[in-house]
Amino acid sequence: MNALVGKDAVRQSLASFRSEREADWKAFEALLARVEKRAPRTLSEEELLSLPLLYRSALSSLSVARATSLDNALVSYLEALCLRGYFYLYGARRGLRQRIGDFFLRDWPHAIRDLWRETVASVVLTFVGFGAGYWLVVKDKGWFDAIIPPSLAGGRNPDASAEVLRQVLYDGADSNFLSGFAAYLFTHNVQVAILAFALGFAFAVPSVLLILMNGCLLGAMFQIYVAKGLGMELGGWLSIHGTTEMFAIALAGAAGMRIGTRIAFPGELTRMTAAANAGRVAATTMVGVTIMLLFAGLLEGIGRQVITSDVTRYAIGGGMLTFWLCYFYLFKVVRHGDR
Amino acid sequence: MATARRAPVSTIRPLITPEGVDLRIKLADAGTRAAAFLLDFVIIIVAAIIITITALFGLSGLDGEGAQPLFIVWIILIFFLRNAYFIVFEAGRRAATPGKRMLGIRVASRSGAGLSVDQVIARNLMREIEIFLPLSIILGRSEMGLADTLTTIFGLVWTLLFALFPLFNRDRMRIGDLLAGTWVVEAPKLALVEDLSQRQNPRAFRFTQAQLDAYGIAELHKLEEVLRRDDYFALKAVAETIGRKIGMMVDAVDSRAFLTAYYGELRAQLERKLLLGNRKADKYQR
Repeated sequence: MNALVGKDAVRQSLASFRSEREADWKAFEALLARVEKRAPRTLSEEELLSLPLLYRSALSSLSVARATSLDNALVSYLEALCLRGYFYLYGARRGLRQRIGDFFLRDWPHAIRDLWRETVASVVLTFVGFGAGYWLVVKDKGWFDAIIPPSLAGGRNPDASAEVLRQVLYDGADSNFLSGFAAYLFTHNVQVAILAFALGFAFAVPSVLLILMNGCLLGAMFQIYVAKGLGMELGGWLSIHGTTEMFAIALAGAAGMRIGTRIAFPGELTRMTAAANAGRVAATTMVGVTIMLLFAGLLEGIGRQVITSDVTRYAIGGGMLTFWLCYFYLFKVVRHGDR
Repeated sequence: MATARRAPVSTIRPLITPEGVDLRIKLADAGTRAAAFLLDFVIIIVAAIIITITALFGLSGLDGEGAQPLFIVWIILIFFLRNAYFIVFEAGRRAATPGKRMLGIRVASRSGAGLSVDQVIARNLMREIEIFLPLSIILGRSEMGLADTLTTIFGLVWTLLFALFPLFNRDRMRIGDLLAGTWVVEAPKLALVEDLSQRQNPRAFRFTQAQLDAYGIAELHKLEEVLRRDDYFALKAVAETIGRKIGMMVDAVDSRAFLTAYYGELRAQLERKLLLGNRKADKYQR
């Protein structure tokens, strides 16, 4: 008999546990649904202040329910509610404007400085590829076709006359077509850069090959122009956008190498942590690379076709390179406060 | 009693909040994630088709002069659709693409801290080698014909290794998840449903102490599941089984009322035991 009385008392107290708190849970749920859809700015001050309070009360309800109630649906409901609240409240989001500001002032140059070793390796590899491409074509003209597919060469080959070669350099294309060309170049280059980055995962080997190949292409192209005494002119044609573009591709390769090497040699960290750290630095770099490639696409698609003076081309190319180098390696914002 | 059952690979991971409560997050399984991705993929494809058709209509209307800006807008939009769709949605407040939202899953940081934008970017750029590389190999090769079957197979195996990566690790992580320090967890929106033990007991079933001692918490939860599903045949079968075990004859029409009553009494009994520090996990436990 005693057992029966005890049972009813327990049932009664658990029912009141739920009925007393139900309103709070519902209020929390409704508030969450609102802030997940719209900015927290739309909440009144009171609602904003009540959010963490409601969250804590839901959490404590969850603890009580887990310890005393055997209603599975209730516990699942509270778990889901608390998890949503946790993700929202501890998501610690900065405003969009602040995030963009932070990116340009701090995160981007910082990530690139952090990658300096890989960047040096990447640049060196590009030059090694360049040298190899140049040397191969000097030795045997047949290599040119092997390195640069004829469709890409556009009639440029070791046997082409100086006139043909020169024409490619200075013929401004139909100006109506230029901006579309720039947009195309931008999206294409970004896709290549993302690939160079993503392939780094395979212990950096594909990234290294991609960078070498890129240098090789350049070397082979240079050789045929230098052989016709047009090396200087080709330099101008390439450098106007190339300093930005090649630098960006080198950085993407460097980001890929960072990932690959950190997975292969995590050092003191666990492999997972090392990979995650490398991934975050590399991702920031990749956003920067995309921005650089946007500039490069504009310079290549429009600037190069409109500006045909060698001096101006060199000046713009050199200026861009100086700008990037200063921005990445000399520009340091010291921040006070947290983080 | 001593049935050696192999425990399935647990998908529950601890997540201790700063308040000291373990929220026990559940990882999304591979099937759900594949389904979510397919949904997103369909959305992207449909959006791309709509954009292209609109562009073509615009082209026929504008002929020549206005085609240039239209081409730029088109190429940029497609580019964004491919690269920014996942990033923009996952960097948002709900950390989930529409496909993930529909299936009640979201991206979360493995460390339990807030998900940052660079994590979202890192995990999504890796899609390039997980999805788009295999796709482009298949599409590119099909154009060339079967001239190069061996390299195609090699390329496919290599890329499938990346694509199927989540199946080879405990935490169901993609390569992108691994590099970003994230995982995908279940974050369903559940409604608060009625408390079954508050239902009336119209036929006034009574149970003895011995009858209530027949089952434990595991069986109680199964019973709750059956009652909530409210399927006539399932109710009947379960009522018969329980009736046989505790020695009560139950009419088929009464099974729902009987089970509701038994559920209420059993739960009250087990909850009382729980308060006294005796957690009867299942029927085998004394």
